Amino acid sequence: MATTTEIPVTLNKDEILRYSRHLIMPEVGMEGQQKLKAARVLCIGTGGLGSPLALYLAAAGVGTLGLVDFDVVDYTNLQRQIIHSTADVGRKKLDSAADKLTAINPFLNLRTFDTRLSSENALELFRDFDIIADGTDNFPTRYLVNDACVLTGKPNVYGSIFRFEGQASVFATEDGPCYRCLYPEPPPPGLVPSCAEGGVLGILPGLVGVMQATEVIKLILGVGDPLIGRLLLIDALGMKFRELKLRKNPECPVCGSHPTVTKLIDYNQFCGIRGEEKPVGNGVPEIQVEELKRRLDAKEDLFVLDVREPHEYQICNLGGHLIPLNDLPKRVNELDSSREIVVHCKMGGRSAKAVAFLQQSGFTKVHNLAGGITAWSDRVDPKVPKY
Amino acid sequence: MSKIHIPTPLRQYVGKQSMVEIEAGTVAEAMNGLLMQHPELRRHLYTEEGKLRAFVNLYVNDEDIRYLQKEETAVKEGDNISIVPSIAGGAA
Repeated sequence: MATTTEIPVTLNKDEILRYSRHLIMPEVGMEGQQKLKAARVLCIGTGGLGSPLALYLAAAGVGTLGLVDFDVVDYTNLQRQIIHSTADVGRKKLDSAADKLTAINPFLNLRTFDTRLSSENALELFRDFDIIADGTDNFPTRYLVNDACVLTGKPNVYGSIFRFEGQASVFATEDGPCYRCLYPEPPPPGLVPSCAEGGVLGILPGLVGVMQATEVIKLILGVGDPLIGRLLLIDALGMKFRELKLRKNPECPVCGSHPTVTKLIDYNQFCGIRGEEKPVGNGVPEIQVEELKRRLDAKEDLFVLDVREPHEYQICNLGGHLIPLNDLPKRVNELDSSREIVVHCKMGGRSAKAVAFLQQSGFTKVHNLAGGITAWSDRVDPKVPKY
Repeated sequence: MSKIHIPTPLRQYVGKQSMVEIEAGTVAEAMNGLLMQHPELRRHLYTEEGKLRAFVNLYVNDEDIRYLQKEETAVKEGDNISIVPSIAGGAA
């Protein structure tokens, strides 16, 4: 259904052998395998979701696979981004992914786009593909992918994860709902933690990414019941799967009967993000790690408050007094407002909120440790592990 | 009793529970009961004007209450109410 190419696609002898387990199944067969070969799928991101997605689509014989990524493989990616290996740390994710995918299937026509998906390039990029698979990790790009799918009429095979919970659906098919029918607006920044802050169980993107791959293949073959109009909720901890009905919202701003979004917009602005999404200091007083080190060495009277979670404290700590940010309002009486307090967390974001809260509560001598314990590890004591 | 399913990002505001049981006749009553027990949850679900936030959906069983009687949707013994916020994770 989703393929548009007119050129007859044939399989050679090697391909017939390679895909034999597909070919002997009536639901795929020669016709289905030819559809797979003719199909053009664009994966946005080659991270947690994109890894299994791209690997399985390549193995299954999807003829043209596009990858969009601008990132470099990082050591912390390896816990879940299984397309990348330890030796790839520091390489471009696209190069690393391309090696694995072409090794799995040399018949693959791989197209890599070394760029950040944006309102300027999305429509152009989507034009040459039949199906878009969204493996991104942030709200601006999710809304961008959705809107670009609606505007170009391409299905959006969606997956999203947080800690040990996932969501999957197929949006923006001709008669089905889109992501904005489900969530007209994104949460304001800071209200929903990212995976970098909240963590994610490593197998979960595997589970959800393979579901996305399954949906892509079903759409290409035109078999089964795709997740159109259904939101699958995955709870890996309880190993429970629930399904919710999704309806096309007639008042949807992008796919409704009177759309107000008729071209791509500024999605960072839409999601309330100005400039780069970096941990911000909120304008609270800051102290640098070098200065903290110098003052602690000089035995100055400084009280170090750690507002991370107990399990983070177990990974590494500076010997500070631990009160998780969420507990601070009810445990503020443990602090002495006459003493000078330095607050830290992992990167400086949560501690900035804690400093702002303490200032509102009447504390005057509080500082935020800029860059958190990560900066301490980078610039003062490399023996402190980073996580 | 109706069961309210709490999604992972919000469990920290309800004493780490994944499900809360509430005696209620409508979704509004159930949510009020939940917020009475866990007032910190309110700002994550509702705007200052008391409107359900646009990135949070409420379901009774598998139906979105926006397509039922919204927060006046009746709930009966054993019904499952789900709070389903948007999550974005995937690559990073």
